[in-house]
Amino acid sequence: MMTRFTVAALAVLLGSSAAWADGPAGAASCSGCHAPSARVETPVPPLKGRNQADIADAMIDYKSGKRAGTIMDRIAKGFSDEEIRAIAAWYAGQK
Amino acid sequence: MRTSRRQFLKASAAAALLPMPAIAQGAGPNVVVIGGGFAGASAARALKHENAAVRVTLVEPNQTFTACPFSNGVLAELRELKQQQFTYDKVEQAGVTLAKQAATAVDAQAKNVTLANGTALPYDRLIMAPGIEVRFDALPGYDARAADMMPHAWQAGEQTLLLHSAIASMEDGGTVFIVAPANPFRCPPGPYERASLIAYYLKTRKPKSKVIILDAKDTFSKQRLFQNAWKELYPNHLEWVSLSQGGKVNSVKPDENTLVTDFTNHKATVANVIPPQRAAPIAQKAGVADRSGWCPVDPVTFESKLIPNIHVIGDAAIMGAMPKSAFSANAQAKVCAAAVATLLRGEKPAEPRLINTCYSLVAPDYGITVAGVYKPTDGVLADIQGAGGVSPIDAPRANRALEAQFAEGWFKTLTGEVFG
Repeated sequence: MMTRFTVAALAVLLGSSAAWADGPAGAASCSGCHAPSARVETPVPPLKGRNQADIADAMIDYKSGKRAGTIMDRIAKGFSDEEIRAIAAWYAGQK
Repeated sequence: MRTSRRQFLKASAAAALLPMPAIAQGAGPNVVVIGGGFAGASAARALKHENAAVRVTLVEPNQTFTACPFSNGVLAELRELKQQQFTYDKVEQAGVTLAKQAATAVDAQAKNVTLANGTALPYDRLIMAPGIEVRFDALPGYDARAADMMPHAWQAGEQTLLLHSAIASMEDGGTVFIVAPANPFRCPPGPYERASLIAYYLKTRKPKSKVIILDAKDTFSKQRLFQNAWKELYPNHLEWVSLSQGGKVNSVKPDENTLVTDFTNHKATVANVIPPQRAAPIAQKAGVADRSGWCPVDPVTFESKLIPNIHVIGDAAIMGAMPKSAFSANAQAKVCAAAVATLLRGEKPAEPRLINTCYSLVAPDYGITVAGVYKPTDGVLADIQGAGGVSPIDAPRANRALEAQFAEGWFKTLTGEVFG
C-alpha cells in the first residue's frame, strides 16, 4: 500500500514538468498560452515534448519576420537566439 | 501513516536531488499565500510543484473564484457568469492547504498571519496576492451604497450581475455611461473592451441606445486599435470623451444616476463607475503598500521593498512596466514561486524574464492584443526594447478573427493551469 503510494507520488513528481526554478529565464511565462495539458481546447500549439529545433527555429523565424504570427513575432523579439534555444531545450525535454 | 508520509517526503527530496535539511527532520518550511486569484492560486500551486515538501497554505474566504477576464462578455450576454467561476478543488488536490477565512492581520516581526477566526498561521515566507480594493474615498459620492446603484463591476461576481441586469432591463434609447479612472488601475484595456462589447450588444439588441465613456485620461491602452475598430463597427453606438474634452468625472449623484464633470451633469440610464483603486486593505495593514496605495517589490524575487520575507504579486504590486493583468499575475506567480523555493534552500534566485499578453475583444470575432517582455533593470521590471507592442494597425480582418479565437484559447489555458 505504502509502496504503491510512494511510487505513484514519485511518478507524479518526475513525470510532470520540472520545477520552474531550474528552467531558463522566460520559460515560466509560456504556459500562460501554451497549455501544459492536452485536455485544454485551444488553437495554440503545445510546447511540452516537441522537437527542440522546431521550437527554436519557429521562434527565431518569428523574431526575424520570416514567419508571420499574430503575437509571437512581438514576443520573440524579447529574447536572444541563445535564450530561445534554452527555452526550446527545456520544453523539448519535458514529457 | 505519519511514517509513510515522512518516508515519501524523504524519497521525493532525494528524487529532486535537493539538499533539504528541514525535510530530513520531517518538517518542511511554511509558506502562506494570501489571496486565491490568478496570482495567489498560481503561486500556491507552483510552489507546491517546485518543492512538495514546502507546506503551502492558501488563505481565501471565497468558495469559488470569479474571473474578471472575459467577464465583459457576461455584460453583453455572450457568456454566463458560471463560465467565469472556478473552485479550489484542484488546488487542494495539488497538496495546498486551504484556509477558508479572510486574513485580518500580518505580524511581520513574529512572521504570522491572523485569520478572521483568530487562528495565527506562522510563515517562513509570505506571498501576498490580495488584488485590488475599489476605493470609496476617492470619487465624491461614490461609496459602498453608490456601488449598488452605479456598479463598478471591476471585481467580478455580484457586481457583474448587477451591471448586466441594469443593461438588460434598459429600454431601447437609453445611454450607458462608463466612467474610466486615471492610471494605474486593474486591466488597463478593460474599460474599452467593456464599452466595445456593450456597444455590440446595443447595436444588435437595442439599436437606438448608445454607450459613452467618460475618461479621466487622454490616452489609453491599445487606443488606435480600439478607435479604428469603433469607427468601423460602432459609429453610432459608442462615444469616447477624453480628459481634455471634459471627460473627467469629479463627483457622482447615485440617487439621480448623475455623473458630474467640469462642464455638465450627465444623466445616465445605466451608470458603470470604475473608480480609482489601490492594493487591497490587508496589504495596507501589513505595511507593504507605499503612499501611492500600491506595493513596491524587488523585480527578481518580488519581495517587498518595505518588509522582508513578504512577497507581493499580481494587481496589488508595482511591477514597473508590467500591467495589472491576469496573464502578468500568473507569470509573476510562477517566477515568485521559483524564487521563494530557491530562497528557502538558501540560494540566490536567477534573474527572470517575464512576458505579458492581453487579449481584448472589440466584437465576438474581433480580437486585439498588447504584449510585452520584461527584465529587471535599475530595480524595476522594464520593457525589453524592440519587443512587444500592439497588434498591427493595418492587419486584415482575418487576423482579428484569429486573435479572438486565441483569446478564448488563452482563457481556457490560463484557468486550466491555475484551477483545472
